[in-house]
Amino acid sequence: MTINQISVFLANRTGQLAQVCTALAENDISIVTLSLADTTDFGILRMIVSDHEKARQILTAAGHVVKVTPVFAVTVPDVPGGMAGVAQKLSAAGCDVEYSYAFAFHHGEKAVLVFRFADPDKAAKVLSDAGCITLDERQIEDASR
Amino acid sequence: MVYPEIPHDVNSPTHPVSAMDYMPVEPLRALQLHRLQWTVKYAYERVPLFRSRCDERGVRPEHIKTLADIKLLPFMKKTDLRDEYPMGLRGASMDEIVRFHCSSGTTGKPICIPNTMHDIEVWQNGAMRCLTMYGIRAGDVIQVAYGYGLFTGGLGLHYGGEGLGCAVLPISGGNTERQIMLMRDLGVTAIAATPSYFLRIMDEARRQGVDFRRDTKLRHGIFGAEPWTDEMRETIERETGIIAHDIYGLTEISGPGVAGACSHRTGLHIWEDHFYPEIIDPDTLEPLPDGEKGELVFTTISRTGTPMIRYRTRDLTRLHTEKCPCGRTMRVMDRISARSDDMLIIHGVNVFPSQIEAALLKVPEVEPHYQIIITPTATLDLFEIKVEVTAAAISDSVRHVEELRRRVLDAIKTIIGLTPKITLVEPGSLPRSEGKIQRVIDNRKKK
Repeated sequence: MTINQISVFLANRTGQLAQVCTALAENDISIVTLSLADTTDFGILRMIVSDHEKARQILTAAGHVVKVTPVFAVTVPDVPGGMAGVAQKLSAAGCDVEYSYAFAFHHGEKAVLVFRFADPDKAAKVLSDAGCITLDERQIEDASR
Repeated sequence: MVYPEIPHDVNSPTHPVSAMDYMPVEPLRALQLHRLQWTVKYAYERVPLFRSRCDERGVRPEHIKTLADIKLLPFMKKTDLRDEYPMGLRGASMDEIVRFHCSSGTTGKPICIPNTMHDIEVWQNGAMRCLTMYGIRAGDVIQVAYGYGLFTGGLGLHYGGEGLGCAVLPISGGNTERQIMLMRDLGVTAIAATPSYFLRIMDEARRQGVDFRRDTKLRHGIFGAEPWTDEMRETIERETGIIAHDIYGLTEISGPGVAGACSHRTGLHIWEDHFYPEIIDPDTLEPLPDGEKGELVFTTISRTGTPMIRYRTRDLTRLHTEKCPCGRTMRVMDRISARSDDMLIIHGVNVFPSQIEAALLKVPEVEPHYQIIITPTATLDLFEIKVEVTAAAISDSVRHVEELRRRVLDAIKTIIGLTPKITLVEPGSLPRSEGKIQRVIDNRKKK
Protein backbone atom coordinates (compact mmCIF):
# COMPACT_ATOMS: atom_id res chain seq x y z
CA MET A 1 0.00 0.00 0.00
CA THR A 2 1.38 3.40 -0.91
CA ILE A 3 0.56 7.02 -0.23
CA ASN A 4 1.08 10.02 -2.48
CA GLN A 5 3.98 12.34 -1.91
CA ILE A 6 4.23 15.67 -3.72
CA SER A 7 7.62 17.02 -4.67
CA VAL A 8 8.37 20.57 -5.75
CA PHE A 9 11.40 21.66 -7.76
CA LEU A 10 12.99 24.72 -6.16
CA ALA A 11 15.57 26.84 -7.91
CA ASN A 12 17.99 28.21 -5.32
CA ARG A 13 16.43 31.58 -4.67
CA THR A 14 15.59 33.32 -1.43
CA GLY A 15 11.92 33.03 -0.51
CA GLN A 16 11.12 29.95 -2.58
CA LEU A 17 10.35 27.74 0.41
CA ALA A 18 8.28 30.45 2.09
CA GLN A 19 6.26 30.89 -1.11
CA VAL A 20 5.34 27.20 -1.26
CA CYS A 21 4.40 26.94 2.42
CA THR A 22 2.36 30.13 2.32
CA ALA A 23 0.38 28.91 -0.69
CA LEU A 24 -0.46 25.70 1.16
CA ALA A 25 -1.34 27.51 4.39
CA GLU A 26 -3.66 29.93 2.63
CA ASN A 27 -5.57 26.97 1.23
CA ASP A 28 -5.79 25.22 4.55
CA ILE A 29 -3.54 22.33 3.57
CA SER A 30 -1.57 20.83 6.36
CA ILE A 31 1.92 19.41 5.95
CA VAL A 32 2.24 16.07 7.74
CA THR A 33 5.96 15.84 7.14
CA LEU A 34 8.58 17.02 4.68
CA SER A 35 12.12 16.50 3.59
CA LEU A 36 14.24 18.92 1.63
CA ALA A 37 16.91 17.46 -0.64
CA ASP A 38 19.29 20.14 -1.78
CA THR A 39 22.28 20.48 -4.02
CA THR A 40 24.29 23.66 -4.56
CA ASP A 41 22.00 24.67 -7.43
CA PHE A 42 18.51 23.48 -6.72
CA GLY A 43 16.38 21.74 -4.15
CA ILE A 44 13.59 19.21 -4.20
CA LEU A 45 11.00 19.66 -1.49
CA ARG A 46 9.16 16.42 -0.77
CA MET A 47 6.02 16.58 1.31
CA ILE A 48 3.23 14.43 2.65
CA VAL A 49 0.21 16.71 2.90
CA SER A 50 -3.41 16.44 3.96
CA ASP A 51 -4.77 16.77 0.38
CA HIS A 52 -2.15 16.05 -2.25
CA GLU A 53 -4.41 16.67 -5.27
CA LYS A 54 -5.50 20.09 -4.06
CA ALA A 55 -1.89 20.90 -3.14
CA ARG A 56 -0.74 19.92 -6.61
CA GLN A 57 -3.33 22.16 -8.26
CA ILE A 58 -2.54 25.15 -6.09
CA LEU A 59 1.21 24.91 -6.47
CA THR A 60 1.02 24.28 -10.22
CA ALA A 61 -1.22 27.30 -10.64
CA ALA A 62 1.35 29.32 -8.67
CA GLY A 63 3.92 28.37 -11.31
CA HIS A 64 5.76 25.58 -9.52
CA VAL A 65 6.82 22.29 -11.01
CA VAL A 66 5.05 19.64 -8.96
CA LYS A 67 5.26 15.90 -9.19
CA VAL A 68 3.16 13.28 -7.38
CA THR A 69 4.96 10.06 -6.49
CA PRO A 70 3.73 6.98 -4.65
CA VAL A 71 5.84 6.23 -1.54
CA PHE A 72 5.56 3.71 1.31
CA ALA A 73 4.77 4.87 4.86
CA VAL A 74 5.83 2.11 7.25
CA THR A 75 4.95 2.32 10.95
CA VAL A 76 7.50 1.16 13.47
CA PRO A 77 7.66 1.41 17.27
CA ASP A 78 9.21 4.71 18.29
CA VAL A 79 12.02 3.04 20.27
CA PRO A 80 15.73 2.40 19.64
CA GLY A 81 16.00 -0.26 16.93
CA GLY A 82 12.60 0.57 15.43
CA MET A 83 14.05 1.58 12.10
CA ALA A 84 16.88 -0.94 12.22
CA GLY A 85 14.39 -3.81 12.11
CA VAL A 86 12.84 -2.64 8.85
CA ALA A 87 16.14 -1.62 7.33
CA GLN A 88 17.64 -5.05 8.01
CA LYS A 89 14.75 -6.84 6.33
CA LEU A 90 14.92 -4.60 3.28
CA SER A 91 18.64 -5.02 3.03
CA ALA A 92 18.47 -8.79 3.41
CA ALA A 93 15.97 -8.92 0.54
CA GLY A 94 18.15 -6.67 -1.61
CA CYS A 95 15.70 -3.73 -1.81
CA ASP A 96 17.39 -0.47 -2.87
CA VAL A 97 16.11 2.61 -1.06
CA GLU A 98 16.21 5.76 -3.21
CA TYR A 99 15.54 8.01 -0.24
CA SER A 100 13.80 7.95 3.11
CA TYR A 101 12.65 10.28 5.87
CA ALA A 102 10.66 9.83 9.07
CA PHE A 103 8.13 11.44 11.36
CA ALA A 104 6.44 10.72 14.68
CA PHE A 105 2.85 9.52 14.57
CA HIS A 106 0.08 9.50 17.20
CA HIS A 107 1.96 11.61 19.66
CA GLY A 108 5.08 9.57 19.92
CA GLU A 109 3.82 6.01 20.25
CA LYS A 110 4.82 5.21 16.71
CA ALA A 111 7.22 6.48 14.17
CA VAL A 112 6.54 6.44 10.44
CA LEU A 113 9.30 5.81 7.93
CA VAL A 114 8.68 7.11 4.42
CA PHE A 115 10.45 5.14 1.70
CA ARG A 116 10.91 5.57 -2.01
CA PHE A 117 12.20 2.34 -3.55
CA ALA A 118 13.96 1.63 -6.81
CA ASP A 119 11.65 -1.36 -7.26
CA PRO A 120 8.35 -0.62 -5.49
CA ASP A 121 6.66 -3.95 -6.36
CA LYS A 122 9.44 -6.00 -4.87
CA ALA A 123 9.57 -3.76 -1.80
CA ALA A 124 5.82 -4.09 -1.29
CA LYS A 125 6.16 -7.85 -1.13
CA VAL A 126 9.14 -7.77 1.25
CA LEU A 127 7.33 -5.40 3.60
CA SER A 128 4.14 -7.41 3.58
CA ASP A 129 5.98 -10.75 4.08
CA ALA A 130 7.82 -9.21 7.04
CA GLY A 131 4.48 -8.19 8.58
CA CYS A 132 5.25 -4.45 8.42
CA ILE A 133 2.28 -2.12 8.62
CA THR A 134 2.02 0.53 5.91
CA LEU A 135 -0.34 3.47 6.21
CA ASP A 136 -2.94 4.44 3.63
CA GLU A 137 -4.14 7.87 2.48
CA ARG A 138 -7.02 7.95 4.96
CA GLN A 139 -4.78 7.33 7.95
CA ILE A 140 -2.50 10.11 6.78
CA GLU A 141 -5.48 12.43 6.46
CA ASP A 142 -6.57 11.51 9.99
CA ALA A 143 -3.07 12.18 11.26
CA SER A 144 -3.19 15.68 9.84
CA ARG A 145 -6.32 16.65 11.76
CA MET B 1 9.36 19.53 -46.52
CA VAL B 2 7.05 21.12 -49.08
CA TYR B 3 3.59 21.56 -47.64
CA PRO B 4 0.76 21.54 -50.17
CA GLU B 5 -0.13 24.94 -51.58
CA ILE B 6 -3.77 25.55 -50.86
CA PRO B 7 -5.72 25.15 -54.09
CA HIS B 8 -6.61 28.66 -55.07
CA ASP B 9 -6.28 30.92 -58.03
CA VAL B 10 -5.38 33.93 -55.94
CA ASN B 11 -1.76 33.10 -55.15
CA SER B 12 -0.57 33.85 -58.65
CA PRO B 13 0.71 36.75 -60.72
CA THR B 14 -2.88 37.79 -61.37
CA HIS B 15 -3.65 38.42 -57.70
CA PRO B 16 -3.34 42.13 -56.87
CA VAL B 17 -1.44 41.38 -53.67
CA SER B 18 1.03 38.87 -55.13
CA ALA B 19 1.53 40.29 -58.63
CA MET B 20 4.82 42.03 -57.85
CA ASP B 21 6.26 38.81 -56.39
CA TYR B 22 6.49 37.41 -59.93
CA MET B 23 7.85 40.45 -61.74
CA PRO B 24 10.35 39.41 -64.44
CA VAL B 25 13.92 40.03 -63.30
CA GLU B 26 14.95 42.56 -65.93
CA PRO B 27 12.17 45.09 -65.36
CA LEU B 28 12.58 44.46 -61.61
CA ARG B 29 16.23 45.56 -61.76
CA ALA B 30 15.22 48.60 -63.80
CA LEU B 31 12.58 49.47 -61.21
CA GLN B 32 15.09 49.02 -58.39
CA LEU B 33 17.62 51.28 -60.08
CA HIS B 34 15.00 53.94 -60.69
CA ARG B 35 13.85 53.81 -57.07
CA LEU B 36 17.43 53.70 -55.73
CA GLN B 37 18.37 56.81 -57.71
CA TRP B 38 15.26 58.57 -56.45
CA THR B 39 15.98 57.56 -52.81
CA VAL B 40 19.64 58.66 -52.93
CA LYS B 41 18.70 62.05 -54.32
CA TYR B 42 15.86 62.41 -51.79
CA ALA B 43 18.11 61.50 -48.84
CA TYR B 44 21.00 63.66 -50.11
CA GLU B 45 18.72 66.68 -50.17
CA ARG B 46 17.03 66.04 -46.84
CA VAL B 47 19.25 64.07 -44.44
CA PRO B 48 22.31 66.09 -43.32
CA LEU B 49 24.29 63.08 -42.02
CA PHE B 50 23.88 61.24 -45.32
CA ARG B 51 24.84 64.30 -47.35
CA SER B 52 27.98 65.02 -45.31
CA ARG B 53 29.13 61.40 -45.57
CA CYS B 54 28.59 61.41 -49.34
CA ASP B 55 30.49 64.68 -49.61
CA GLU B 56 33.40 63.24 -47.61
CA ARG B 57 33.65 60.47 -50.16
CA GLY B 58 33.11 62.75 -53.13
CA VAL B 59 29.94 60.89 -54.08
CA ARG B 60 26.96 62.69 -55.58
CA PRO B 61 23.52 61.23 -56.37
CA GLU B 62 24.17 61.44 -60.11
CA HIS B 63 27.11 59.02 -59.69
CA ILE B 64 24.64 56.18 -59.13
CA LYS B 65 24.23 54.91 -62.68
CA THR B 66 23.83 51.17 -62.05
CA LEU B 67 22.70 49.04 -59.11
CA ALA B 68 26.34 48.02 -58.54
CA ASP B 69 27.18 51.68 -57.92
CA ILE B 70 25.44 51.31 -54.57
CA LYS B 71 28.84 50.26 -53.22
CA LEU B 72 29.97 53.90 -53.54
CA LEU B 73 27.50 54.93 -50.86
CA PRO B 74 28.25 55.13 -47.11
CA PHE B 75 26.79 52.60 -44.67
CA MET B 76 24.30 53.40 -41.95
CA LYS B 77 24.59 51.63 -38.60
CA LYS B 78 22.44 51.26 -35.52
CA THR B 79 24.81 53.57 -33.64
CA ASP B 80 24.03 56.26 -36.23
CA LEU B 81 20.34 55.92 -35.38
CA ARG B 82 21.18 56.28 -31.69
CA ASP B 83 23.43 59.29 -32.30
CA GLU B 84 20.77 60.96 -34.44
CA TYR B 85 17.99 60.22 -31.93
CA PRO B 86 15.23 61.27 -32.03
CA MET B 87 14.69 62.52 -35.57
CA GLY B 88 18.01 63.41 -37.18
CA LEU B 89 17.51 60.95 -40.04
CA ARG B 90 13.97 62.04 -40.88
CA GLY B 91 13.46 62.68 -44.58
CA ALA B 92 9.84 63.85 -44.71
CA SER B 93 8.46 67.02 -43.15
CA MET B 94 6.49 66.70 -39.92
CA ASP B 95 3.13 67.21 -41.67
CA GLU B 96 3.78 64.00 -43.59
CA ILE B 97 4.77 61.91 -40.55
CA VAL B 98 1.89 59.77 -39.24
CA ARG B 99 3.56 57.35 -36.85
CA PHE B 100 6.70 56.66 -34.81
CA HIS B 101 8.17 53.31 -33.98
CA CYS B 102 11.03 52.85 -31.54
CA SER B 103 13.29 50.01 -30.54
CA SER B 104 12.91 48.74 -27.01
CA GLY B 105 16.02 50.56 -25.84
CA THR B 106 17.11 47.82 -23.42
CA THR B 107 20.67 48.42 -24.50
CA GLY B 108 20.76 52.15 -23.88
CA LYS B 109 19.36 55.03 -25.90
CA PRO B 110 16.40 53.99 -28.08
CA ILE B 111 16.17 54.49 -31.81
CA CYS B 112 13.20 56.25 -33.34
CA ILE B 113 11.83 55.81 -36.86
CA PRO B 114 9.28 58.35 -38.15
CA ASN B 115 6.96 56.83 -40.81
CA THR B 116 4.80 58.54 -43.44
CA MET B 117 1.44 57.19 -44.56
CA HIS B 118 3.20 55.91 -47.65
CA ASP B 119 5.69 53.98 -45.46
CA ILE B 120 2.83 52.40 -43.53
CA GLU B 121 1.24 51.32 -46.82
CA VAL B 122 4.50 49.83 -48.13
CA TRP B 123 4.88 47.98 -44.85
CA GLN B 124 1.30 46.72 -44.89
CA ASN B 125 1.76 45.59 -48.49
CA GLY B 126 4.83 43.54 -47.47
CA ALA B 127 2.94 41.89 -44.61
CA MET B 128 -0.04 41.14 -46.91
CA ARG B 129 2.24 39.57 -49.50
CA CYS B 130 3.78 37.34 -46.82
CA LEU B 131 0.39 36.24 -45.47
CA THR B 132 -0.91 35.55 -48.99
CA MET B 133 2.20 33.50 -49.70
CA TYR B 134 1.55 31.43 -46.54
CA GLY B 135 -1.92 30.59 -47.84
CA ILE B 136 -3.76 32.83 -45.39
CA ARG B 137 -6.97 34.35 -46.74
CA ALA B 138 -10.09 36.32 -45.79
CA GLY B 139 -11.93 33.95 -43.46
CA ASP B 140 -8.80 33.14 -41.48
CA VAL B 141 -8.65 34.32 -37.88
CA ILE B 142 -5.23 35.69 -36.92
CA GLN B 143 -4.17 35.91 -33.30
CA VAL B 144 -1.47 38.56 -33.15
CA ALA B 145 0.56 37.66 -30.07
CA TYR B 146 3.45 39.96 -30.95
CA GLY B 147 3.73 43.01 -28.73
CA TYR B 148 1.72 46.04 -29.84
CA GLY B 149 3.04 49.54 -29.45
CA LEU B 150 6.46 50.95 -30.20
CA PHE B 151 7.61 47.50 -31.31
CA THR B 152 6.61 46.88 -34.95
CA GLY B 153 5.65 43.20 -34.56
CA GLY B 154 2.04 43.59 -33.41
CA LEU B 155 0.88 46.42 -35.65
CA GLY B 156 2.69 45.00 -38.70
CA LEU B 157 0.80 41.71 -38.69
CA HIS B 158 -2.35 43.52 -37.58
CA TYR B 159 -2.48 45.76 -40.66
CA GLY B 160 -1.34 42.90 -42.90
CA GLY B 161 -4.17 40.67 -41.69
CA GLU B 162 -6.82 43.38 -41.93
CA GLY B 163 -5.60 44.33 -45.39
CA LEU B 164 -6.38 40.81 -46.59
CA GLY B 165 -9.78 40.79 -44.92
CA CYS B 166 -8.79 38.35 -42.17
CA ALA B 167 -10.31 38.62 -38.71
CA VAL B 168 -7.57 39.93 -36.42
CA LEU B 169 -7.40 39.24 -32.69
CA PRO B 170 -5.05 41.94 -31.34
CA ILE B 171 -4.21 40.13 -28.11
CA SER B 172 -0.53 41.18 -27.94
CA GLY B 173 1.92 39.16 -25.83
CA GLY B 174 1.43 37.77 -22.33
CA ASN B 175 -1.43 36.22 -20.35
CA THR B 176 -0.79 32.81 -21.84
CA GLU B 177 -3.87 31.18 -20.32
CA ARG B 178 -6.16 33.69 -22.03
CA GLN B 179 -4.25 33.22 -25.31
CA ILE B 180 -5.27 29.57 -25.32
CA MET B 181 -8.86 30.26 -24.27
CA LEU B 182 -9.45 32.83 -27.04
CA MET B 183 -7.61 30.67 -29.58
CA ARG B 184 -10.13 27.90 -28.93
CA ASP B 185 -13.24 30.01 -28.49
CA LEU B 186 -12.73 32.16 -31.61
CA GLY B 187 -11.54 29.34 -33.86
CA VAL B 188 -8.16 30.98 -34.47
CA THR B 189 -6.47 29.56 -37.60
CA ALA B 190 -3.19 31.50 -37.55
CA ILE B 191 -1.01 32.87 -34.78
CA ALA B 192 1.78 35.42 -35.10
CA ALA B 193 4.33 35.34 -32.28
CA THR B 194 8.00 35.08 -31.51
CA PRO B 195 8.94 31.39 -31.73
CA SER B 196 10.03 31.41 -28.10
CA TYR B 197 6.70 32.83 -26.96
CA PHE B 198 4.85 30.21 -28.98
CA LEU B 199 6.85 27.53 -27.16
CA ARG B 200 5.60 29.06 -23.93
CA ILE B 201 2.03 28.80 -25.27
CA MET B 202 2.67 25.16 -26.19
CA ASP B 203 3.92 24.49 -22.68
CA GLU B 204 0.84 26.10 -21.13
CA ALA B 205 -1.41 24.10 -23.50
CA ARG B 206 0.30 20.91 -22.37
CA ARG B 207 -0.30 21.87 -18.77
CA GLN B 208 -4.01 22.44 -19.48
CA GLY B 209 -4.26 19.20 -21.44
CA VAL B 210 -5.07 21.11 -24.65
CA ASP B 211 -4.10 19.28 -27.84
CA PHE B 212 -3.65 21.68 -30.77
CA ARG B 213 -4.75 19.11 -33.33
CA ARG B 214 -7.83 18.03 -31.43
CA ASP B 215 -8.91 21.16 -29.58
CA THR B 216 -8.01 24.09 -31.86
CA LYS B 217 -8.32 25.10 -35.52
CA LEU B 218 -4.79 26.46 -35.59
CA ARG B 219 -3.02 25.73 -38.87
CA HIS B 220 -0.47 28.50 -39.36
CA GLY B 221 2.23 29.98 -37.16
CA ILE B 222 3.92 33.19 -38.32
CA PHE B 223 7.25 33.34 -36.57
CA GLY B 224 10.00 35.93 -36.58
CA ALA B 225 11.55 38.82 -34.63
CA GLU B 226 14.28 36.60 -33.21
CA PRO B 227 16.74 34.12 -34.70
CA TRP B 228 15.47 30.55 -34.67
CA THR B 229 16.58 27.20 -36.03
CA ASP B 230 15.30 24.31 -38.14
CA GLU B 231 15.28 22.18 -35.00
CA MET B 232 12.86 24.59 -33.34
CA ARG B 233 10.61 24.60 -36.40
CA GLU B 234 10.56 20.80 -36.46
CA THR B 235 9.66 20.71 -32.77
CA ILE B 236 6.79 23.16 -33.25
CA GLU B 237 5.39 21.41 -36.33
CA ARG B 238 5.71 17.94 -34.85
CA GLU B 239 4.04 18.79 -31.58
CA THR B 240 1.21 20.99 -32.86
CA GLY B 241 0.61 19.95 -36.47
CA ILE B 242 0.69 23.57 -37.64
CA ILE B 243 2.86 24.98 -40.44
CA ALA B 244 5.57 27.21 -39.03
CA HIS B 245 6.17 30.10 -41.46
CA ASP B 246 9.12 32.44 -41.41
CA ILE B 247 8.67 36.18 -41.47
CA TYR B 248 11.42 38.78 -41.35
CA GLY B 249 11.46 42.48 -40.79
CA LEU B 250 13.03 45.21 -38.73
CA THR B 251 11.88 48.54 -37.40
CA GLU B 252 14.74 50.45 -39.04
CA ILE B 253 13.64 49.27 -42.50
CA SER B 254 9.87 48.99 -41.90
CA GLY B 255 8.61 46.06 -39.80
CA PRO B 256 7.57 42.41 -40.22
CA GLY B 257 6.93 41.72 -43.89
CA VAL B 258 10.27 42.65 -45.42
CA ALA B 259 10.70 38.97 -46.36
CA GLY B 260 8.93 35.67 -45.87
CA ALA B 261 9.25 31.98 -46.77
CA CYS B 262 7.09 30.31 -49.42
CA SER B 263 5.82 26.73 -49.29
CA HIS B 264 8.99 25.41 -50.94
CA ARG B 265 11.09 26.58 -48.03
CA THR B 266 14.00 27.63 -50.15
CA GLY B 267 14.53 30.53 -47.77
CA LEU B 268 12.77 33.89 -47.39
CA HIS B 269 11.73 35.87 -50.46
CA ILE B 270 12.73 39.49 -49.97
CA TRP B 271 10.27 42.09 -51.30
CA GLU B 272 13.13 43.71 -53.13
CA ASP B 273 10.93 46.08 -55.11
CA HIS B 274 10.91 48.03 -51.80
CA PHE B 275 13.91 46.72 -49.85
CA TYR B 276 17.12 46.32 -51.81
CA PRO B 277 19.39 43.68 -50.24
CA GLU B 278 23.18 43.31 -50.28
CA ILE B 279 25.50 40.90 -48.52
CA ILE B 280 28.82 42.28 -47.30
CA ASP B 281 31.85 40.93 -45.53
CA PRO B 282 31.39 42.38 -42.03
CA ASP B 283 35.15 42.85 -41.61
CA THR B 284 36.22 44.34 -44.95
CA LEU B 285 32.75 45.84 -45.71
CA GLU B 286 33.16 44.71 -49.32
CA PRO B 287 30.04 43.42 -51.14
CA LEU B 288 29.95 39.63 -51.50
CA PRO B 289 28.49 37.80 -54.50
CA ASP B 290 25.12 36.05 -54.22
CA GLY B 291 25.51 32.67 -52.52
CA GLU B 292 28.18 33.77 -50.05
CA LYS B 293 27.40 34.20 -46.38
CA GLY B 294 27.87 37.60 -44.81
CA GLU B 295 26.08 40.50 -43.19
CA LEU B 296 22.74 41.54 -44.65
CA VAL B 297 22.50 45.20 -45.68
CA PHE B 298 19.26 46.87 -46.73
CA THR B 299 18.45 50.00 -48.67
CA THR B 300 14.86 51.15 -48.59
CA ILE B 301 14.02 52.29 -52.12
CA SER B 302 10.46 53.48 -51.66
CA ARG B 303 10.27 54.85 -48.13
CA THR B 304 10.02 58.54 -47.38
CA GLY B 305 9.76 59.04 -43.59
CA THR B 306 13.21 57.68 -42.78
CA PRO B 307 15.03 56.68 -45.97
CA MET B 308 17.65 54.13 -44.97
CA ILE B 309 20.61 53.64 -47.25
CA ARG B 310 22.91 50.62 -46.85
CA TYR B 311 21.68 49.87 -43.35
CA ARG B 312 23.80 47.17 -41.69
CA THR B 313 21.34 44.76 -40.08
CA ARG B 314 23.99 42.66 -38.25
CA ASP B 315 22.02 39.60 -39.42
CA LEU B 316 24.15 36.91 -41.03
CA THR B 317 22.71 35.16 -44.10
CA ARG B 318 23.24 34.58 -47.83
CA LEU B 319 21.26 35.47 -50.94
CA HIS B 320 20.27 32.90 -53.54
CA THR B 321 19.63 33.63 -57.19
CA GLU B 322 18.40 30.18 -58.23
CA LYS B 323 14.84 30.31 -59.45
CA CYS B 324 12.40 29.22 -56.74
CA PRO B 325 9.89 26.53 -57.84
CA CYS B 326 7.06 28.75 -56.58
CA GLY B 327 7.72 31.07 -59.52
CA ARG B 328 8.49 34.18 -57.48
CA THR B 329 11.41 36.16 -58.87
CA MET B 330 12.21 37.96 -55.63
CA ARG B 331 15.58 36.77 -54.33
CA VAL B 332 15.66 34.40 -51.40
CA MET B 333 17.79 34.65 -48.27
CA ASP B 334 18.49 31.94 -45.71
CA ARG B 335 16.59 32.18 -42.46
CA ILE B 336 18.49 34.31 -39.94
CA SER B 337 19.97 31.96 -37.39
CA ALA B 338 22.74 34.21 -36.17
CA ARG B 339 23.62 37.87 -35.89
CA SER B 340 27.12 39.15 -36.25
CA ASP B 341 26.80 40.97 -32.93
CA ASP B 342 25.36 37.83 -31.28
CA MET B 343 28.67 36.09 -31.47
CA LEU B 344 30.28 35.68 -28.10
CA ILE B 345 33.90 34.92 -27.54
CA ILE B 346 34.04 32.75 -24.45
CA HIS B 347 37.36 31.32 -23.27
CA GLY B 348 38.64 32.16 -26.73
CA VAL B 349 35.96 30.14 -28.52
CA ASN B 350 33.31 31.65 -30.83
CA VAL B 351 29.84 30.82 -29.54
CA PHE B 352 26.49 31.71 -31.14
CA PRO B 353 23.32 31.52 -29.01
CA SER B 354 21.68 29.56 -31.85
CA GLN B 355 24.14 26.73 -31.15
CA ILE B 356 22.90 26.53 -27.57
CA GLU B 357 19.31 26.44 -28.84
CA ALA B 358 20.12 23.62 -31.28
CA ALA B 359 21.79 21.65 -28.47
CA LEU B 360 18.85 22.09 -26.08
CA LEU B 361 16.38 20.89 -28.71
CA LYS B 362 18.20 17.57 -28.67
CA VAL B 363 17.22 17.09 -25.00
CA PRO B 364 13.46 16.48 -24.95
CA GLU B 365 13.00 17.23 -21.24
CA VAL B 366 14.09 20.85 -21.38
CA GLU B 367 12.70 23.85 -23.23
CA PRO B 368 14.91 25.84 -25.59
CA HIS B 369 14.35 28.72 -23.17
CA TYR B 370 17.75 29.69 -21.90
CA GLN B 371 19.92 32.54 -20.79
CA ILE B 372 23.67 32.75 -21.18
CA ILE B 373 25.45 34.61 -18.39
CA ILE B 374 29.12 35.48 -18.58
CA THR B 375 30.75 36.95 -15.51
CA PRO B 376 34.37 38.04 -15.28
CA THR B 377 36.44 36.59 -12.45
CA ALA B 378 40.09 36.99 -11.47
CA THR B 379 40.93 33.96 -13.60
CA LEU B 380 38.71 32.40 -16.28
CA ASP B 381 35.36 34.08 -17.03
CA LEU B 382 32.43 32.23 -15.48
CA PHE B 383 30.19 30.84 -18.23
CA GLU B 384 26.74 29.85 -17.04
CA ILE B 385 23.62 28.77 -18.92
CA LYS B 386 20.24 28.83 -17.21
CA VAL B 387 17.79 26.42 -18.78
CA GLU B 388 14.07 26.03 -18.14
CA VAL B 389 12.98 22.45 -17.56
CA THR B 390 9.57 21.09 -18.51
CA ALA B 391 7.16 20.09 -15.80
CA ALA B 392 7.24 16.52 -17.05
CA ALA B 393 11.01 16.25 -16.67
CA ILE B 394 11.22 17.05 -13.00
CA SER B 395 11.60 14.12 -10.72
CA ASP B 396 11.36 13.65 -6.98
CA SER B 397 14.84 12.21 -7.13
CA VAL B 398 17.95 14.38 -6.98
CA ARG B 399 19.81 11.75 -8.95
CA HIS B 400 17.44 12.05 -11.92
CA VAL B 401 17.62 15.81 -11.96
CA GLU B 402 21.41 15.71 -11.77
CA GLU B 403 21.41 13.22 -14.61
CA LEU B 404 19.21 15.52 -16.69
CA ARG B 405 21.62 18.35 -16.02
CA ARG B 406 24.51 16.19 -17.15
CA ARG B 407 22.71 15.34 -20.39
CA VAL B 408 22.07 19.03 -21.07
CA LEU B 409 25.73 19.73 -20.43
CA ASP B 410 26.83 16.91 -22.74
CA ALA B 411 24.59 18.15 -25.57
CA ILE B 412 26.03 21.66 -25.28
CA LYS B 413 29.61 20.45 -24.86
CA THR B 414 29.36 18.37 -28.04
CA ILE B 415 28.35 21.41 -30.07
CA ILE B 416 30.49 24.23 -28.68
CA GLY B 417 33.38 22.35 -27.07
CA LEU B 418 33.17 24.29 -23.80
CA THR B 419 31.91 23.22 -20.38
CA PRO B 420 29.49 25.83 -19.05
CA LYS B 421 27.86 25.67 -15.64
CA ILE B 422 24.28 24.51 -16.24
CA THR B 423 21.58 25.76 -13.89
CA LEU B 424 18.11 24.30 -14.23
CA VAL B 425 15.26 26.69 -13.46
CA GLU B 426 11.46 26.47 -13.36
CA PRO B 427 9.45 26.84 -16.58
CA GLY B 428 8.53 30.46 -17.28
CA SER B 429 10.96 31.79 -14.67
CA LEU B 430 13.46 33.47 -17.03
CA PRO B 431 12.39 37.10 -17.46
CA ARG B 432 10.79 37.95 -20.81
CA SER B 433 10.00 41.16 -22.61
CA GLU B 434 7.80 41.27 -25.70
CA GLY B 435 7.88 37.48 -25.59
CA LYS B 436 11.65 37.44 -25.91
CA ILE B 437 14.08 36.22 -23.32
CA GLN B 438 17.23 38.29 -23.09
CA ARG B 439 19.48 35.49 -24.35
CA VAL B 440 22.80 36.89 -23.27
CA ILE B 441 23.87 38.72 -20.15
CA ASP B 442 27.50 39.57 -20.69
CA ASN B 443 28.78 41.16 -17.51
CA ARG B 444 32.22 41.60 -19.06
CA LYS B 445 30.91 44.65 -20.92
CA LYS B 446 29.97 46.52 -17.75
CA LYS B 447 33.53 47.31 -16.69
